[in-house]
Amino acid sequence: MPADMNPPISNAVAAAPLVPPSPMAELWRDFRLNRGAVAGLVLVITFLLLAILAGVISPHSPIEQYRDAILVPPAWEDGGSTKFLLGTDAVGRDMLSRLIHGTRLSLAIGLVSVGLSLSLGILLGLLAAWRGGKTDTAVMRMMDVLLALPSLLLAVAVIAILGPGLANAMYAIAIVMLPAFVRLTRATALGELQKDYVIASRIAGAGPLRLMCSTVLPNCVAPLIVQATLGFSTAILDAAALGFLGLGAQPPTPEWGSMLSGALEFIQSAWWVVSLPGFAILLAVLAFNLMGDGLRDALDPKLKR
Amino acid sequence: MALLEISKLNVQFGAEARPMRAVEDLDLSIDAGEIVGIVGESGSGKSVTSLALMGLIDAPGRVSAERLVFDGRDLLGMRQRERRALLGRDIAMIFQDPGTTLNPCYTVGDHLVETLSVHEGGSRRALRARALELLREVEIPDPERRLAAYPHQLSGGMSQRVMIALAIACRPRLLIADEPTTALDVTVQAQVLELLLRLQRDNGMALMLITHDLGVVAQTAQRVVVMYAGQVMETGRVPEIFSHPQHPYTSALMAALPENNAGQARLQTIPGVVPGAFDRPAGCLLAPRCSFATTRCQSERPVLTGSHAEATVRCHFPQGTA
Amino acid sequence: MITFILRRLAVVIPTFIGITLLVFALIRLIPGDPVEAMSGERGMEPERYAALIAQYGLDRPLPVQYVDYVAKAARGDLGRSIVTHEPVLREFLDRFPATLELSLCAIVFALCLGIPAGIIAALRRNTVVDYSVMGVSLTGYSMPIFWWALLLILFFSVHLGWTPVSGRLAIEYDPARVTGMMLIDTLLSDDEGAFLSALSHLILPTIALGTIPLATLARMTRSAMLEVLGEDYVRAARARGLSPLRVVVRHALRNALIPVITVIGLQVGTLLAGAILTETIFSWPGIGKWMVEAIHRRDYPVVQGGILMSATLVILVNLIVDLLYGAANPRIRHAR
Repeated sequence: MPADMNPPISNAVAAAPLVPPSPMAELWRDFRLNRGAVAGLVLVITFLLLAILAGVISPHSPIEQYRDAILVPPAWEDGGSTKFLLGTDAVGRDMLSRLIHGTRLSLAIGLVSVGLSLSLGILLGLLAAWRGGKTDTAVMRMMDVLLALPSLLLAVAVIAILGPGLANAMYAIAIVMLPAFVRLTRATALGELQKDYVIASRIAGAGPLRLMCSTVLPNCVAPLIVQATLGFSTAILDAAALGFLGLGAQPPTPEWGSMLSGALEFIQSAWWVVSLPGFAILLAVLAFNLMGDGLRDALDPKLKR
Repeated sequence: MALLEISKLNVQFGAEARPMRAVEDLDLSIDAGEIVGIVGESGSGKSVTSLALMGLIDAPGRVSAERLVFDGRDLLGMRQRERRALLGRDIAMIFQDPGTTLNPCYTVGDHLVETLSVHEGGSRRALRARALELLREVEIPDPERRLAAYPHQLSGGMSQRVMIALAIACRPRLLIADEPTTALDVTVQAQVLELLLRLQRDNGMALMLITHDLGVVAQTAQRVVVMYAGQVMETGRVPEIFSHPQHPYTSALMAALPENNAGQARLQTIPGVVPGAFDRPAGCLLAPRCSFATTRCQSERPVLTGSHAEATVRCHFPQGTA
Repeated sequence: MITFILRRLAVVIPTFIGITLLVFALIRLIPGDPVEAMSGERGMEPERYAALIAQYGLDRPLPVQYVDYVAKAARGDLGRSIVTHEPVLREFLDRFPATLELSLCAIVFALCLGIPAGIIAALRRNTVVDYSVMGVSLTGYSMPIFWWALLLILFFSVHLGWTPVSGRLAIEYDPARVTGMMLIDTLLSDDEGAFLSALSHLILPTIALGTIPLATLARMTRSAMLEVLGEDYVRAARARGLSPLRVVVRHALRNALIPVITVIGLQVGTLLAGAILTETIFSWPGIGKWMVEAIHRRDYPVVQGGILMSATLVILVNLIVDLLYGAANPRIRHAR
């Protein structure tokens, strides 16, 4: 074949112009395909509505004690009454109202501790990534120390210093979750700092603070959202555990975990006192875990086609 | 009688209703001791064909064929266990990237002994001696020491030699080599190819050489199959197919060879890309990239014409005949 | 390998120093007076107060106090419990075998179920089996274990009456204490009834404590297996005609288990944290229950010692796991 022959192939390729979907639309498209994640989202929204409307929809006050209605079983059981749909506890408080108000409390605990931990974590993580060297080592060793303490044990240690109580439990949980946020922010930020566009904006004269806030941080958002969502489940679970041990929310606060503390003695007589609060915890934790897993899968570029 | 006969091989991926056809109605036969080159761009279905042949396409991929016969035995009809017994013993395969095809947890010796013991058995001592012999055969220097080496301690060329030793361990009658030199350094490529050809000659193996490099095929193969987007475009003997290519695609591949572009400032290239799963043209699959394409090419899918023994072509307007 | 060990130690030692600093600081961060916190006495005479300050060395500069604390701790002196006046280390060692026994049972339980479940899910990817395994393990992972323990008691002890509610052994048995681990001690005492009693007391706490590690292991094994099954060397092994069982066990599993080893190490923390809850519910006389009680009683030396010992344990186990990981991975084992 002569070398100077025209190739018989033309560049008659006309690719149809493709408009890439917006990132949010794309995220939603991927998220929607994951049935578990959608179930988690629906549950989370339900819990959110319950928490907001707790004062309106609760049939009773969560702490009012009906002395004539102690350990009334749920409405469908023998001896149950429609006045107390899910029965009453050992001092005659309405289980349903306490559970609904517990939603508000659990979400608030999640919000406060995740918020605290996230903001401090981003700060420390960016600091470590930006300053590098000794600052980096110091921050990361501090996180290693926190990680060496089993989560609940660390929370217990913090409570030992601060004393039992709901607010202290939230601080304790925020400290427990801190290493995850710091490590994640630092790792992502370090990854971004090496990329060409960051180097380009550095050459263009962007200051370190500006660089961190405007270019690096937005790229850390996706993994941090996932971690924060999963953090909600950790916070709810640990707060309930502390409440159960009597180290978190104190009576008569309608917190799910503290509702279970001392429930062991009713295990034979009043199953509803034992099973309902735990079921609420499980559902809430499961909801956030499902949603977090779904978000991670939807945000993970490796899994995308 | 041909050693391997394939007719109407189809491999599909994706949903039943909207399948992605990776290989479409492929016919191919290989005689004992013959070298057949399979040529095409990335995504043309070369590798999928070889995996289908080995029975390594997993669900949700679907493989079907009218005939898939090796040495007079129907591969599709036989039980999984029988078919496995053929793999590695009568039909062997080497892959593109030697860096990832050896298990990082085991030594070179472990790999060889395992394969030998599964297919032939024998005492561990005898197997180790055989393994050592095989390493010598693939010209690995210092074979005693290499036997105890882990894959990460080997260079790319060395790993590929080990893969070749593994493939020829049981003296297969058909060796499928899927881009055996592509991932190697240029300097090593020629050595490995030469080794492969020597072993083919010495053992009288049939060799199915999958590559995107027409130059290699022209030097080595007796027959060539040109694939595009899962279809056979042209088959023919060497050197006729190179002196008189009938299909525009074959001509274009040849025009893209560096040696055919000597003295020119720019290399000839083929514009556009192989059509994906969902943008396959209604007519000839090459039509959007072919400068000879007519309205007939855009609307009517051509069939493969010609004699299987000599040459076939899938084109409405084959060159040199019209 | 030696560089690898040294590099691990370079991380572990500062972490350990950090832990001792944290524990040392703990008692001084407590609101109120450290002398009262350490002695558990309130409103004491000035002379007694001064004597205690001298006894605890609180009149010396903080760095000296810290060095003193570490030196004492290194000799095994972790102070005395305010409540029992027993040495903290002795109390810890008394209770530790109970926690160790429970944790070992829990991790064995988790390994025996979690790894096969993860493998099966990976091999049956995107089938009903996979979805069920993953659904159950996500539920297990989200389970508040103190509630899970209550449910187990409700069903197996109260409803079916199969297992005891709490403790380690029925009251009529009293085997000689050899290892402190009831299963072994009852076996040594050659009393079949005692052994069965110890076993039945272990079942529910084991399930309660093992559930989260079980769920974690199943998820990790599945994803590690999926990754490895997609590797070229697995395909190449199949192309050599090896049987599916051999490919899965010898080629895929061997590689998939390397990251799983690390996960097992991380479960030590989960187990110790879980022990706090599990032991409280089942009245299991281990270090978890001991520490919760200490916090309620404001027995700070015990809290301090318990945290130090638990953290040391976690660091040590993770170091060992890291070294095992290095030994299992030829790339690290043969690096010079």
